[in-house]
Amino acid sequence: MTDAATGNIGRAAADARRAEAEQTGPVMAADGRPLKQSLNRALRAQKLRALALIAPLLLFLLVTFVAPIFDMLFRSVENQITSETLPRTVVALEDWDAQDLPSQDTFAALAYDFMEAAERRIHTRLGSRLNYETTGISSTFRRSGRGIDDLGETQAEQFIDLNPQWEDPAAWVALMAAPDWIAAQADWAARADAADAADRPFDEAEPAFRLAGGIAATLPETADAYRSFATTIQQEDEDSPTAEEPWNTVYLALYRDLLRQPAATIAAYDGPQAALVQEAAGVAAGFEATDLPAFFIDMDDGWGDLKTWETIQTFSDPYTAGYFLAALDLQLTPQGIEMQPEEQQIYLMLFWRTIVLSLTIMGLCVLLGYPIAYLLSNLPMRTSNLLLILVLLPFWTSLLVRTSAWKVLLQQQGVINDTLVWLGLVADDARLALINNQVGTVIAMTHILLPFMILPLYSVMKTIPPSYVRAAKSLGATNSTAFWRVYFPQSVPGIGAGCILVFILSIGYYITPELVGGRTGIFISNRIAFHISDSLNWGLAAALGSILLILVLALYWLYDRLVGIDNVKLG
Amino acid sequence: MDHKLPPYATTGQRIWFYGFRVLCGLIFFFLMAPILTIIPLSFNAEDFFTFTPGMLAFEPEAYSLKHYVDFFTNPDWQQALRNSVLIAPMATLLAVSLGTLAAIGLSQSHVPFKGTIMAIMISPMIVPLIISAAGMYFFYSRVGLQGTYWGVVLAHAALGIPFVIITVTATLVGFDRSLTRAAASLGANPVTTFFRIQMPLILPGVISGGLFAFITSFDEVVVVIFVGSAGQQTLPWQMFTGLREQISPTILAVATILVVISILLLSVVEILRRRSERLRGMSPG
Amino acid sequence: MKLKNLMLMTTATALAAPAAMAQDMADSMTLVSWGGAYQTSQVRAYSDPYTAMNPDVEIVWDESSPEAVARLRAMEEAGNITWDLVDVVGADAIRLCDEGLAMEVDHDEILAPAPDGTSASDDFGDLIVSDCFIPQIVYSTTAAYRTGVEAWEGRTPESICAIFDTENFPGTRTLERRPINNMEWALLCDGVAMEDLYDVLETEEGIDRAFAMLDTIKEDTIWWSAAAEPPQLLADGEAVIGTSYNGRWFSAIEEQDQPIAMLWDAQVFDLDGWIIPEGLPEERLNRVLDFVSFATDTQRLADQAAYISYGPARASSAPLVGNHADLGIPMGPHMPTDPANSERTILFNYEWWADYRDDLDARFQAWLAR
Repeated sequence: MTDAATGNIGRAAADARRAEAEQTGPVMAADGRPLKQSLNRALRAQKLRALALIAPLLLFLLVTFVAPIFDMLFRSVENQITSETLPRTVVALEDWDAQDLPSQDTFAALAYDFMEAAERRIHTRLGSRLNYETTGISSTFRRSGRGIDDLGETQAEQFIDLNPQWEDPAAWVALMAAPDWIAAQADWAARADAADAADRPFDEAEPAFRLAGGIAATLPETADAYRSFATTIQQEDEDSPTAEEPWNTVYLALYRDLLRQPAATIAAYDGPQAALVQEAAGVAAGFEATDLPAFFIDMDDGWGDLKTWETIQTFSDPYTAGYFLAALDLQLTPQGIEMQPEEQQIYLMLFWRTIVLSLTIMGLCVLLGYPIAYLLSNLPMRTSNLLLILVLLPFWTSLLVRTSAWKVLLQQQGVINDTLVWLGLVADDARLALINNQVGTVIAMTHILLPFMILPLYSVMKTIPPSYVRAAKSLGATNSTAFWRVYFPQSVPGIGAGCILVFILSIGYYITPELVGGRTGIFISNRIAFHISDSLNWGLAAALGSILLILVLALYWLYDRLVGIDNVKLG
Repeated sequence: MDHKLPPYATTGQRIWFYGFRVLCGLIFFFLMAPILTIIPLSFNAEDFFTFTPGMLAFEPEAYSLKHYVDFFTNPDWQQALRNSVLIAPMATLLAVSLGTLAAIGLSQSHVPFKGTIMAIMISPMIVPLIISAAGMYFFYSRVGLQGTYWGVVLAHAALGIPFVIITVTATLVGFDRSLTRAAASLGANPVTTFFRIQMPLILPGVISGGLFAFITSFDEVVVVIFVGSAGQQTLPWQMFTGLREQISPTILAVATILVVISILLLSVVEILRRRSERLRGMSPG
Repeated sequence: MKLKNLMLMTTATALAAPAAMAQDMADSMTLVSWGGAYQTSQVRAYSDPYTAMNPDVEIVWDESSPEAVARLRAMEEAGNITWDLVDVVGADAIRLCDEGLAMEVDHDEILAPAPDGTSASDDFGDLIVSDCFIPQIVYSTTAAYRTGVEAWEGRTPESICAIFDTENFPGTRTLERRPINNMEWALLCDGVAMEDLYDVLETEEGIDRAFAMLDTIKEDTIWWSAAAEPPQLLADGEAVIGTSYNGRWFSAIEEQDQPIAMLWDAQVFDLDGWIIPEGLPEERLNRVLDFVSFATDTQRLADQAAYISYGPARASSAPLVGNHADLGIPMGPHMPTDPANSERTILFNYEWWADYRDDLDARFQAWLAR
């Protein structure tokens, strides 16, 4: 249908143009509109129709394939974890000069952040993240997570000794919560009780905690710490602030507020529980204080190490180049970008090895593929079609089947070594190591990729007319001159296409090196897989993947320029 | 070099001629050796991966079908086979239907951004599998597709699409437009023209594209390992586990069965190719 | 009271008095384990009897334990937990618990007491290394060698250091492709006393010393990543000495009759057990708790030892360990905990490895690739 229309329109358009050149007035189509307009409309409709046919697949690929790739690219720079886990600390560290340990205030910010993170059990995730940059942070975070809930206990006890009301969750709610939240919560509790009494299921969540309006002005840190406490227990444990005594860090915040806020501010406070607050304000100065840095360093020495703080500061941005640097054996330090210590450098070497081995495999494929393609293209059709099956059968055979076959063949007690020993070429106690090293990877992958070299070569060679070589010979060229000066140059496009195809496929290989590569024969892909499922450093896996992807896309672009993707032939 | 040695050839030419053939024979042997090795080994009566002395002496008792029996009775292998058979056809169906439509769209004469679109559609074949697998693992996890049947089917369909696009586009390039024009001028409406004229002609391309898509899914191991979970353990996955875990000759029996399937599919493609050429040969111009 | 605890309490009550109330329980369950002989032993000792008692429950096994932490993290990101009960090693349990991916449990509430009334937490004792961890077995990573190697001229390895002794015991070795255990053995064979291992390893010189020791066999070693590889390599004659889990060796030696012998010297004890993923819906949680309580009782843990040579984690199970289910041989002498086997053992230091794992792993992999 469409083709018929296309043809007609195409011809009509040509006629119209000719007609236009001859006449001066606008040519009218059968329906009385100007032909040009009508044609433009037809063209637009045709484009739309083509796009409508393409759109479903394009959408499908965008969702199932392109989006995942972009998601991975994003992951390689994403680093919100620091600012999400330690928001107050990150702000407090903004102006830190990295000369001495941070101030008491920064430690206080860390205390509030860490308490919430530990309750949400996300502190070790940040610990593992930062451990990629500085070893030991992971354990610092883990140990601190265990000790953090004791911080502020001294203050809590003193407040409670002063007035037992400080132990009462309801008293805290009265002080901290917005009046309308208190009402909504009471209403919710009544409904819960009613449901319980009637044995009805009740799965409505408690209204989300809201802070009273004025309290943040009077007791800023306390209000912040209490809100952190209330929302965390609501979300994490499905507990109610009305039933839970605040964390010790809330008492710590209260103590700090009472000491630091101007006396006039506290005295001016006339909201709920004003008497309780003012009573405490009067005596708080006499309370036993806690040295925050000392407390943290006591939990883990890491907090006394400037490097820990520098790492938090350096990796506090929501986006980081850290993973990409790590993927290139570099690291981001407060002093700038440096090489990784030598014993940890691995990725440049692996990229290099992947490229070298891929080039080797590509070269072997040319050496082995060229004679076969040449033979096939010079034999009569019937014979060459038969021989072509010998090329296509491996091509169509499962990759795993072929890899396992190579495992059988290449082992020390395998078929090849057995044969060599039987022939007396190799001593029984000096069998060749053909597997679990680079030799294994190269042999198996050359075999697997060889058809990808032969097929493009063959399709190019089939188009080289034999008369050229004959002409050269008749003009006196020797066989080798005729081949090298006449035949070979014409087959170069086939070599180019085959090489790029083999190289592209080779540098991304994973399965075969994994199974036969051993220690030295693995590729960068194996390392990517390792970071995804073993070390769980997904950011680094994504960065390594992105670099590999860029490499492949550059080659793909080159292939498209040289060969054209439309010219890829299969079988 | 010609395929026959001329009677006046010199000794040097003779050596070169036969030497070249021996060389090619060796390369063909290299290509076929792995396949030729595993077929006899799969009939090994023992649980070893190497030729036993009995096998080399062609003793009948050294051969057995027990690994084939194991494949057809072991629940793990049967489950893997079932999963493969459930996943591959569905992925193929998706790839073929979407791919054929798009290939027809791409073959029209005025397609905006044709190069870019083509590049995107071929990219699943070009992007290294480990990268596709990693991206899909993260992304499908986010949207809840990781570890589901549909997750694997969608992923495999995406991987199969380039093959459908390439084969169908190739048949459309050789497609003679005058046929549809003739049908139209003889009074056939566009739908009839499509199904009676165009479809039968591009069908060989569609089917061989479908076969490629099928084998891609049926043979794929990297993506399914990451995107799938136990419920989607396919044959190649089971083989991969087997190769790393218990190396049992059952893998070789499976391999042999797969080789036989490959030969069958290969014959189908070859027959289709010939049919396509014949049909095109019939068309005028 | 926390809702979760409340739920656990009610479940525990229900378990204590099964007839008291009918709980809503899911009728299918995905269990994650390691595959191979170990998973088979769990199927035969735990899940077969359980499905016999509850015929309408479908149990799906997933062999993804090696990737458990990665998978659970991905599932949590997606908010779609498809697993119900996951078999992990102690170190992974600690990691999952730290990250909030595994559920904290009260062992005495959800697990059955010993037949003599000892509470579950006392029965398991120190093996509860994390609040999320429900121990099943004690296993060990240990060495074994091929018997009758001609080049050894009748010498048999007596100590772990035979691995590093290429002069007396030439041939290919096979070791795990990670630093854990290998670093300890290297130092031990370099003359470091057992009790100083981790102190030495903590220093830069100590690490260099371990790598220098490993350097001596680097070229002679096939580095494995799946524990089933070493028995296969030794059986095929591809390697002559190597390390793997004691249960894998047992299976190769006793069940498949391969010419391999155990070398228990300096075996490294480790733990394996269940964790329940955080955030399961109530019905599925009820089903899992029901299963776990059954599968970790004294008798079931002892039953598992009839299929694989791993020591049951409960003290009360030890006297009940009998003969191998198929071979009929007594299993006691094949347990890593048997006094004859555990003359010299290394206790795997979870704390230490949790701190240094990432760093040493990066160094180890770089060393390996070079």
